[in-house]
Amino acid sequence: MRIALPLAVVFALVVPALADDAANTTDPLPPKEVAFPFQGPFGTYDREQLQRGFQVYKEVCSACHSLNRIAYHDLDGIGFDAAQIKALAAAAKIPAEPNDKGETYDSDGQRLTRPGIPADTLPAPFANEKAARANNNGALPPDLSVIVKAREGGAAYVYSILSGFGQKPPPGFHVLANKYYNPYFAGRNISMPPPLTEGAVTYSDGTTASVDQEAKDVVTFLSWASEPKMEERKRMGFEVILFLLALAGLLYLSYRRVWRDMH
Amino acid sequence: MSGNSTYEPKNGLSRWLDARLPIMRLAHDTMSTFPTPRNLNVWYTFGGILTFCLGVQIVTGIVLAMHYTPTAAAAFDSVENIRREVNYGWLLNFIHSNGASMFFLAVYLHMFRGLYYGSSKAPREVLWILGVIIYVVMVATAFLGYVLPWGQMSFWAATVITNLFTSLDQIIPHLGGAHDPGLGTTITQWLWGGFAVGDPTLNRFFSLHYLLPFVIAGLVVLHIWALHVPGNNNPLGIDVKGPQDTVPFHPYYTVKDGFYLCLFVILFAFLVFFAPDFVGNPDNYTTANPLVTPPHIVPEWYLLPFYAMLRSIPQKLVGVLVLFGAIATLLFVPWLDTSRVRSMRFRPMMKQFFWIFVADCILLGYLGSQEPQAVWHLGGVDMPLLWPARIGTLYYFAFFWVIMPVIGLIETPRPRPDSIAASVLGNAQAAE
Ligand code: HEC
Ligand code: HEM
Repeated sequence: MRIALPLAVVFALVVPALADDAANTTDPLPPKEVAFPFQGPFGTYDREQLQRGFQVYKEVCSACHSLNRIAYHDLDGIGFDAAQIKALAAAAKIPAEPNDKGETYDSDGQRLTRPGIPADTLPAPFANEKAARANNNGALPPDLSVIVKAREGGAAYVYSILSGFGQKPPPGFHVLANKYYNPYFAGRNISMPPPLTEGAVTYSDGTTASVDQEAKDVVTFLSWASEPKMEERKRMGFEVILFLLALAGLLYLSYRRVWRDMH
Repeated sequence: MSGNSTYEPKNGLSRWLDARLPIMRLAHDTMSTFPTPRNLNVWYTFGGILTFCLGVQIVTGIVLAMHYTPTAAAAFDSVENIRREVNYGWLLNFIHSNGASMFFLAVYLHMFRGLYYGSSKAPREVLWILGVIIYVVMVATAFLGYVLPWGQMSFWAATVITNLFTSLDQIIPHLGGAHDPGLGTTITQWLWGGFAVGDPTLNRFFSLHYLLPFVIAGLVVLHIWALHVPGNNNPLGIDVKGPQDTVPFHPYYTVKDGFYLCLFVILFAFLVFFAPDFVGNPDNYTTANPLVTPPHIVPEWYLLPFYAMLRSIPQKLVGVLVLFGAIATLLFVPWLDTSRVRSMRFRPMMKQFFWIFVADCILLGYLGSQEPQAVWHLGGVDMPLLWPARIGTLYYFAFFWVIMPVIGLIETPRPRPDSIAASVLGNAQAAE
């Protein structure tokens, strides 16, 4: 230790200090401070907001992003009834299974499709990773099923990305070709074009479709998609913990009673 | 399991069984009448809590294994499927993943307790060594289990840890001819079952992850056997002198252990139901990808202190030796502690070094979680975190190999009470 301490000081002086401003222009900003009503121990989802979020996903994001882990019948979790789910599925074009001749493509080279059923997962926009990259300047739009759990910062991070476009890059910052400036993204150059615009969707419940509203709605929907069992989990949590508290109380009383004469 | 049995079979059947397989007698003597010091405190409830944790991991793990697929192509999906489609699969998954953390929380408190009260010293050396072996197997089990979901962190943790063995190339650079790989590479590829972490690796990790908890269970039986021969140590560290110093295990400690176990389970339930991803790493929600290295590879929290030690040393082989040495050191504690007094309650100097040691472990854990090139700004000076990590590592080893033997010889312990009973009943209770 005698040697280590002075050595540490010498070392620290020799190592060039990180230039703070240089780091600042490429390091991402921390996510915006935003609280969602579904967070916290009591938080639950607003079904209307979930459905609005689904609409944003379906009409905007699904052009580039898959949502592989969600089947149509899962959408009862966001408040759709059986008839609505059936209709939604039937309107989708699902890549068909091989027909009687063993074909999955028609004579024009088009992929054969069939109407969906509730057990189908939402169709992906691209057949495979290569096709996805080819359509996105080489970048891969990730599957969004668990995106909220797969990023540090969770819902606030995804919200910051979606609402973080359109800011002026700091002087000297180089926005790369086919990329967009987004200060919340690692490196701040993102390959996703700003997906949300004012009025990108028309909400049937009359909510104004601002970029901020659309972002919040779709983030709410994606949070649900990343853990459809969240509300069940919290509900059971309260029951379990109440039970355990009562049990702990009884055990404490037994403990006092058994030990009463021992000290 | 030793000493006099007080079991009396109550009816014909139990008399018949007792003459053939005295298993009821064993259970009665070890779990009911076993004389236990009357002054055991809350830190003595963790052995029971650990047994509970092992049971929880085994039961949830067996059911998870019914739905899990150990292949690189399907593992991640099968785990996500458990969370979404299997009945209460999300619950099993969160109990098992957070259960590992709770298990390690309990085992660390259990080990620090053992150090503080001198429980490793004669006549409990074998008990302690069995504990250290259990800990090593626990670490192995947890590491193997962490690989199974096949997320990014799973894959890269497996890659980093198995690659540690390649450092042995520095000892034997070529096994056989000049073009053959070295000792380390050979071992690493043998562990992988190929030339990189892949399908065969995942498959064998699953097999071993299923096996090792049962090995732990067997070791726990030995551990408790070795406990029941000398009997429990206690917070005073003095020997039991007679029946007035003990109470039967049941009901006194069944109820006490039960109460604290319940508090432990409340904390456990809070994690599972309200913060299930708190100890997890978000990167593990992305499927393993051998082509994309995550910017910041970290192990789970309970291995961070060792990770900090490993990274604090520039020479890989030395780093690996330090890593293994840190755990192996624990095997020697019964003999490194030279004091004739067990409990640190009566050891004013050692007690302080003990708490510095606890702080050191926490500091190392924090340092292990930081990016390798991280820097502390101290006033105008920048201090790379490498340096506190080195000092922390040094203290870890110095604590066992220098401080422990030396302080034991030079320290004057405080006077100890005459007996446990005198201490409990004579209002002479120490304040701790
Ligand atoms: C025109 C195609 C396109 C559309 C439409 C689109 N995205 Fe993206 N998205 C991308 C691409 C490409 C990337 C990869 C960006 C990169 O890696 O630089 C991406 C990345 C992302 C990421 C990951 C960022 C990260 O941290 O890696 C999120 C989250 C995301 N998109 C959400 C959305 C949401 C929500 C919508 C709908 C509102 C949407 N995207 C619409 C193309 C698109
Ligand atoms: C699966 C893990 C483990 C289980 C189930 C377990 C179980 C137990 C039980 C039931 C007891 C008696 C109750 C108590 O004192 O808390 C005990 C005591 C003890 N254990 Fe463990 N143990 C485990 C791991 C360890 C480890 C890793 C160590 C040390 C490296 C250790 C060292 C000891 C010692 C020294 C005692 C005696 C304490 C005393 O009497 O003062 N154990 N253990």
